[in-house]
Amino acid sequence: MLELRKDIFADERDDNLKEIGKGTQRQDMLGHVTGTSTYFDDHKLQGMLHLKVLRSPHAHARLRRIDTMEAERSPGVRRIIRGADVPVNLNTLLSLINFGKDDEPSLAVDKVRYKGEPIVAIVADSPREAFEAMAKVRVDYEPLPAVFDVEDALKPGAPVVNDVYPKNTFVYHDVYDHQKLRFGDVERGFAEADHVLEQRYQMSPIEHAPTETNGSIAAPDTNGRYVVYTSTQALFFSLDTSAKILDVPSNTFHFIGGTVGGGFGGKVDTLTEPLAILGAMLTGRPVRYQLGREEEMQFGSPRGAERIYIKDGVMRDGRIVARKIRAYFDSGAYTRLSSYAVVKCVAHLPGPYTIPNVHGDVYCVFTNRTPATAMRGFGVTAMDFALECQMDKLAHLVGMDPMEFRILNAYRDGDMKAHRREAKNTALIECVQVAAEKAKWPLREEVKRMSSRKDGGGSRAAISPTPLEPAPQRAAVSQQRTSYDRAPPATIQQPSPPTPTPPAPPPPRPQAPSPSHGAARFSSVFGTRRR
Amino acid sequence: MTKTPLQFRHNGRDVAVFVDGGINLLVALRELIGDMTPKFGCGQGGCGACSVLIDGEVHLSCLTLAETVNGRSIETLDGLKDGPNLHPLQRAFMEQFAAQCGYCTPGMLMAAKALLDRNPSPTRAEVIEAISGNICRCTGYEPIINAVLTAATSGRARA
Repeated sequence: MLELRKDIFADERDDNLKEIGKGTQRQDMLGHVTGTSTYFDDHKLQGMLHLKVLRSPHAHARLRRIDTMEAERSPGVRRIIRGADVPVNLNTLLSLINFGKDDEPSLAVDKVRYKGEPIVAIVADSPREAFEAMAKVRVDYEPLPAVFDVEDALKPGAPVVNDVYPKNTFVYHDVYDHQKLRFGDVERGFAEADHVLEQRYQMSPIEHAPTETNGSIAAPDTNGRYVVYTSTQALFFSLDTSAKILDVPSNTFHFIGGTVGGGFGGKVDTLTEPLAILGAMLTGRPVRYQLGREEEMQFGSPRGAERIYIKDGVMRDGRIVARKIRAYFDSGAYTRLSSYAVVKCVAHLPGPYTIPNVHGDVYCVFTNRTPATAMRGFGVTAMDFALECQMDKLAHLVGMDPMEFRILNAYRDGDMKAHRREAKNTALIECVQVAAEKAKWPLREEVKRMSSRKDGGGSRAAISPTPLEPAPQRAAVSQQRTSYDRAPPATIQQPSPPTPTPPAPPPPRPQAPSPSHGAARFSSVFGTRRR
Repeated sequence: MTKTPLQFRHNGRDVAVFVDGGINLLVALRELIGDMTPKFGCGQGGCGACSVLIDGEVHLSCLTLAETVNGRSIETLDGLKDGPNLHPLQRAFMEQFAAQCGYCTPGMLMAAKALLDRNPSPTRAEVIEAISGNICRCTGYEPIINAVLTAATSGRARA
């Protein structure tokens, strides 16, 4: 146990951390009300240049030719940046934790895969001169068939959105085109159920619409490094991503941020920093790259749309006996964070309810839409919308009060969750009771007396027999090593050691990765515990 | 490109700059005067983050041509406090927790100041109307409305 010498600071701070109900002031409030809080764009640097990006007007097209000759000669232009100028022009955000393959260029080279995809960056003395030069760039597009619907994207013969994933699905553990959950036997559950209800739910993409658009200013520092003022929500994540894309050690950068004009998940994607820094490297001048509002909407990732099918079996007395879910996350043209959203979603199934038979299949699907990313509970929010709509419909079907129906099916301490973990510290029953009370919603006395701490476990702690499914063929291991993995060169070149034959279900675990940063510590992303 | 000389009052001080034809007041204030309190949010009059007062009336500086303010008086959040003393609106915003990310706050405060200057005792509906052009995406409208009403009360108490 670490000994803290609190006596040194005893007169400066007490150990009373009880803050709830006290109304403690935000530390940044004075800056906010006086306008002195410094956002990234509030830095005015001598000789600052402005970077603007030419974007694809097509959802899917081959780039036959990009002609920047005339634009180069346009007044005020300092530098035009093309894909070939980006040191590592392929990245995926979660490659920092060895999750997924690099699939997204900073500037498109051969193809564009969504409307708004960056193609050429122009660095000029003023935004206006950058826009004038942009109008002089000639791009010869060959439009390709596009796919905008998640289920269409999975049909045979669908256009391949992202060549890194030719089946239009993210690939988990080099094998699986989706994430699975299997607990008990849903088909037997449906056969025994008094009612079966199958429904389809569809969410739209949702734009974060922060009042401050994404942006950053990068400038050569006095010590050979680069200082970067940024709107990012994830300072070190953005720093490491920039280091990978620009192929330099991460201590090349001094990132300054923290004052963010609204993020909500939409400022984790490192959308602007790499090009702003590259512009500063190529011109030796400070470079500002700020998205306009239209770019924020078209290029800045939204919350991904989800399509969800739920089939439930319910008894006349209100017990849900089987729940089968098939869902598709629309990742857009690139992965960004949708692969992780799917892992979270499956971890959340079947909602906070004790159901003896659960079957879940959730896909991360590529379409020619704007890539999706994090947003407030992503992966869980839309699924909860669908699940709770379904709960109301089921309650109606069996003629029960919807509040009481939830209390009846809620997890209780000691129950077995579909993930084969015991439910602990559950509180849904109490939450519904309080919500009912606040809403003056009448509950029967016996329901008011129910508790998360009573009547759990026992038969509710059982794992129903689960039918085995054949294990899929494991393809050659392709979890990539990237230049960011600064392991000794010999191990970069060699594929990881072969995997032992996976046991037929439970699903095979991913092979232990060759030693690299992060992978073990962030194992929750992989859905299994490593080491 | 020919530049146009431009003089106006900025928070009570005379300023003079040369501007390119066609630039907006927001750019002139931020890049030429160095007043970073008005914010860029959309550049198309949709969000209100760039709100400033021109001769006491609230305007969107991103849609105002800089050349049109020659000889006029501009107020921004930078001039709201009186020396070290916060304006009642600023104190009320702090006390009522009326800012989260803070990016809409400069525009909100200027819209609220324009309201209280012409109507020291607004109703709740009048406050809502006055800030209806200002978007708070952290959706903290209720504390903002309460703060403006609180400031109106404290302002009257002082008068």
